[in-house]
Amino acid sequence: MNGQRAAWVFLAPAAIVLGVFFLLPVIGAFVLSLTDYDLYALADIHNLRFVALGNYWALLQRPLFWSALGHTVYFVAVGVPLSMLVSLGTALLLHSPMARFKPFFRTALFAPVVTTVVAVAVVWRYLFNTKYGLINYALEWTGIHPVDWLGDPHWAMPAIILFAIWKNFGYNMIILLAGLQAIPTELYEAARIDGASAWRQFRHITLPMLAPTLLMVGILTVSGYFQLFAEPYVITEGGPLQSTVSVLYLMYDEGFTWWSLGSASAIAFLLFLTMFVVTACMLRMERREAKV
Amino acid sequence: MSPRIAKALINGLLIGGALVALFPMLWMLSVSLMQPGEAGALPPPLLPAHVTLHNYQELFLRAGMGRYLLNSLLVSTAIAALSLALNLMAGYAFAKLRFVGRDALFKVVVGMLAIPAQVAMLPLFLMLKPVGLVNNYGGVIVPAMASAFGIFLVRQYARGIPDELLEAARIDGAGELRIFVRIVLPLLKPIMVTLATYTFLTAWNDFMWPLIVLTGQEHYTLPLGLASLAREHATDAELMMAGSVVTVVPVLVLFLALQRYYLEGLLLGSVKG
Repeated sequence: MNGQRAAWVFLAPAAIVLGVFFLLPVIGAFVLSLTDYDLYALADIHNLRFVALGNYWALLQRPLFWSALGHTVYFVAVGVPLSMLVSLGTALLLHSPMARFKPFFRTALFAPVVTTVVAVAVVWRYLFNTKYGLINYALEWTGIHPVDWLGDPHWAMPAIILFAIWKNFGYNMIILLAGLQAIPTELYEAARIDGASAWRQFRHITLPMLAPTLLMVGILTVSGYFQLFAEPYVITEGGPLQSTVSVLYLMYDEGFTWWSLGSASAIAFLLFLTMFVVTACMLRMERREAKV
Repeated sequence: MSPRIAKALINGLLIGGALVALFPMLWMLSVSLMQPGEAGALPPPLLPAHVTLHNYQELFLRAGMGRYLLNSLLVSTAIAALSLALNLMAGYAFAKLRFVGRDALFKVVVGMLAIPAQVAMLPLFLMLKPVGLVNNYGGVIVPAMASAFGIFLVRQYARGIPDELLEAARIDGAGELRIFVRIVLPLLKPIMVTLATYTFLTAWNDFMWPLIVLTGQEHYTLPLGLASLAREHATDAELMMAGSVVTVVPVLVLFLALQRYYLEGLLLGSVKG
């Protein structure tokens, strides 16, 4: 067996799986999004018609699509910065030389990340309960009126954001902690000799040195948060008044409740496009800043 | 700020953070041991008055949780084992073997990381339906038998294997398969544990694709079973918490046992290049 052939033998199984079960369906999704594939086509493929960009055009005129996109953008725009802030804060605490029992705290703070999203979402649904939930009980104790978290369209998305932060912050915390540990300690020693305060050390050493890690973590978190699905599916079932219907929730509903697979594929591609544009913009902004 | 106050503040914040992170899980465990209806009282009780395993009994005897648990174990183990084998071979080939189009092909793998999996789900469902893989364990297992992320992870790690070692074996007349099994695999052991743990946990926690492809209850994994129970038994807090415990505890135990490998993989996977 020569080297070339050996390489292909090693590659073939994974390449076939990824090609057939991922790349092919991705291309298929684009083709599907240009057709009116629905329940009738599912029964008899002869009912299938080519509609070009018809699905996209129809979606852009549907208020429900725009509100789903709006909810998802809200979730990303509020959830990502808050998650990152909590991740950075906990990473700084764990990195502090004054912190004790670090392995314990690290494990405890990371634990929510490995839990099953459906299972802990069920738990949080009870914690958010207006009457018996412990969150309102704790708020009442501090003198705040009970919030109808999951029944009020204004509060349902904030509730899901709180849950998502709790569930996810540990992941970025670990990456940022590694980033902090990679900053040479001499930099801080020099700054201390110059009499720089803790805040100025953070502002002028920690933040700039951590910037590439923060950007990478930010991009990964943004694309992860755009894929919001299980949380509203379990906690609110898209409600109240469809206030937590995300783009993927709409795609699932369109595709597997109504069997409009053509239109659902168009939703998937519009989401992909949005994610691509947003993450590309983040990369460009960073490059421009790096130049200045 | 004096160092003593700073120290108290930092450790205080850490204790507070750990409490917030762990509280929902401790509460879940506590409520799962309560009598039916006990949690729906004011003020909400934190601990059961009398510990009972009634909810767990109910779950396994009436709600079919045993079946879901076995399904989850079967599907996650199969995915972890099969994708480990395929990703190891492909990752090693990208890292250490020379072939035409290697760099271009690897770019395709990296590009795949940027495509959200949900884009592929609708056509995949239509593809699997005629071949009988819808509502079948295979529908969940087969598409997950290789992953771009796994290949990427193995490739990053395998690049550290010295070429001289492989060349020496080739000069001694060892075949490529023998080199892979006898020399490469033992060196890849740490990344094997990492990848297997990571894949198992991801498969165990996965929700959207199984929800689409597993249409009948007899094939439900734990997250699907739990989500459908939650829609039927919304008011039975104690029963639902027991269901959550059964779902979460296996992955938490696995994570605690293999924490070091899991976190290493997380860091390796997030480093570019």
